[in-house]
Amino acid sequence: MTTSVRKSVVVSQERIVLALAILLFVIAALTLRGFIAPDNLISIVRSVSVLGILALGMAIVIIGRGIDLSAVAIMAMSVAWYLQMLRAGTPDALALPIALGGVLVIGLANGFLIAYADVPAIFATLASGAFVFGFVRSQLIAQDAIPVPAGHWVEVLGGIRYAGIPIEVFIFAAIAFATFLFLRYTKWGRYVYYAGDNPVAARNVGIPVRPMLMLRYVVSALIAFIAGLLTAASLHWMNTRVVNSTLLYDIILVAVIGGIGLSGGKGGVRNVLFGAALIGIMSNVMTILDIQVLIQNLIKATILLAAIIIDGLINPRDEQTSQQGDI
Amino acid sequence: MKYLKMIMAAAAALTIVLGVNVHKASAADPGPMQYAKALKGKRVMLVPMATGFDLAQGWMAILKHEVEGFGGIFETRDPNWKVEAGAQAITEAISSENKPDVLIAMPFDLNSYSKLLSRAQKEGIYVILIDNPANFKADAYVGGDWTELGRLEAEAVIKGCGANSSKKIGLVQGDETNATSLFQYAGIMEVMKQHPDFQVVAKPDSNWDATTSRTVTTTMLQQHPDMCGIIDFWDGDATGAAAAIRDAGKMKQIYLVTTGGGEETTDCKLLGDGTFSAVVSTELVNESEAMVAMIKYLLQSGQKPGTTPTYIYTLLSTITKDNMKPRSCWSLKGLQAIAEGK
Repeated sequence: MTTSVRKSVVVSQERIVLALAILLFVIAALTLRGFIAPDNLISIVRSVSVLGILALGMAIVIIGRGIDLSAVAIMAMSVAWYLQMLRAGTPDALALPIALGGVLVIGLANGFLIAYADVPAIFATLASGAFVFGFVRSQLIAQDAIPVPAGHWVEVLGGIRYAGIPIEVFIFAAIAFATFLFLRYTKWGRYVYYAGDNPVAARNVGIPVRPMLMLRYVVSALIAFIAGLLTAASLHWMNTRVVNSTLLYDIILVAVIGGIGLSGGKGGVRNVLFGAALIGIMSNVMTILDIQVLIQNLIKATILLAAIIIDGLINPRDEQTSQQGDI
Repeated sequence: MKYLKMIMAAAAALTIVLGVNVHKASAADPGPMQYAKALKGKRVMLVPMATGFDLAQGWMAILKHEVEGFGGIFETRDPNWKVEAGAQAITEAISSENKPDVLIAMPFDLNSYSKLLSRAQKEGIYVILIDNPANFKADAYVGGDWTELGRLEAEAVIKGCGANSSKKIGLVQGDETNATSLFQYAGIMEVMKQHPDFQVVAKPDSNWDATTSRTVTTTMLQQHPDMCGIIDFWDGDATGAAAAIRDAGKMKQIYLVTTGGGEETTDCKLLGDGTFSAVVSTELVNESEAMVAMIKYLLQSGQKPGTTPTYIYTLLSTITKDNMKPRSCWSLKGLQAIAEGK
């Protein structure tokens, strides 16, 4: 009896978010006309697909006690550069590997700076994001927005539907499943948690902490590239202004709100899915209600703040964290 | 007699000399000298919201060509969509040793540059506002009358929807601070009042971002499946609204109106393939030429900066697939080639 009472008292942030999302969903379904329509539900999932994909990459990094502030810059600039090469007449067989190579280099550079040069992740990726944006924008592309060449496979990709559901939803699901398998069932996936929970102990037991760390930033960069391709596929353009938008904060919001602790070692794919669900439903409801963007940002920021406070209360800093610092 | 002859000869010679002199004086037009004296070596600086989009690149190409043509120095600063970076660029320009003689600014909103630009005028710099109005007495505002632009958009969408449609229209606004967004909205609503049977059913903001435009348009289309037209406040993000319409399979049903400078790949190409239905063009080339004329005028006028606030509105035009002509749009590549002297 006492154990069951104690169990019910334990309220994780993940459960709060799930409950909130369900509550909001039910209220919206009962009060808002058209909310429950299948098309609207598909659109909710779709609107958070790219965000969710980016948040999965971010989750892997955060679980390993890091953060990747260069994700949006990599997403926008790698794809803009790729499209620019195509426009300039570079064959796809060459342009794609070059762009992919660039993405790998940035991921490796992020990882190297953090793992071997001991630069805090928050500064290393902030700087590399600014560098990627500045370098690509000034040296490699001619304009803020680059169109996808007509008939190119990226354009075709954006039009693919299965059972009326856009392709990016399936890709989001596939990446979520792959990430789940990686984190849960592979040795290297488990190492992410150990390294995030206590890097020194992980190193002492012989886990290759530094190469693992580089791997996480490479994975994050590659996921950003995929998210960028999907964005371009849907809009037929890549507008690099997205780097200045609130997208980066939205990614962190999805990860943190879902209950992935910023101090590392906690959370998983499920948290990202719950966070994405809440944000998706909330944005959709606010758009249906015609709430101004300024107010929408205020509401989102308030929720992020609340999530961080709850995160601090539920996952208090232990001795290890305070000794080593978090991200 | 002898003397008389001499006097006559001298008079004749004098007449000839004088005549030639008179002739010479009439051939020497004083204009070019005055022009060169006033303009040569003058510095013109452009601070757009960013240098990477079609409008700014078009202005830069024409201004560079013209300013360097009269022996001036043309410079730009790139705030890259950040208002603080723009303010800093203007501050530095005002306090630098080589102050610009003419500062052309594209403000982000009605107020944030106002004080800085007044200071620039006090320092003897002529200030021209381009495309975005602000609460400030510039020596010239050059660009569209955005209220009128809103009216034209509303008229285009009403005509595009037709009398037999649902008469339901959606707006994808920019944001709540930019003058172009506020004035466009005012113009649209003015026309809507004259057509009470037409109705604006939703008016979300895109924050000028294409992905947001797509998301809010998708939601709008689901909430109002019988909608007949959408006005998106800028061609830079209207590709998002267009994507939502395309995804919903409603390209034939929805009449999509937007506005832009009339660049070939962003406007006419998208009108041609049916992505946009109508674009109210701010006619970038005319706008730039007006800007050039103002620069030349101000530098010769000798007046104190801020003396006569002037509005040079470009004649706006609504381009559709049907009325599109080879000269409806301009090519950025072409303009840049001219500026590079190729």
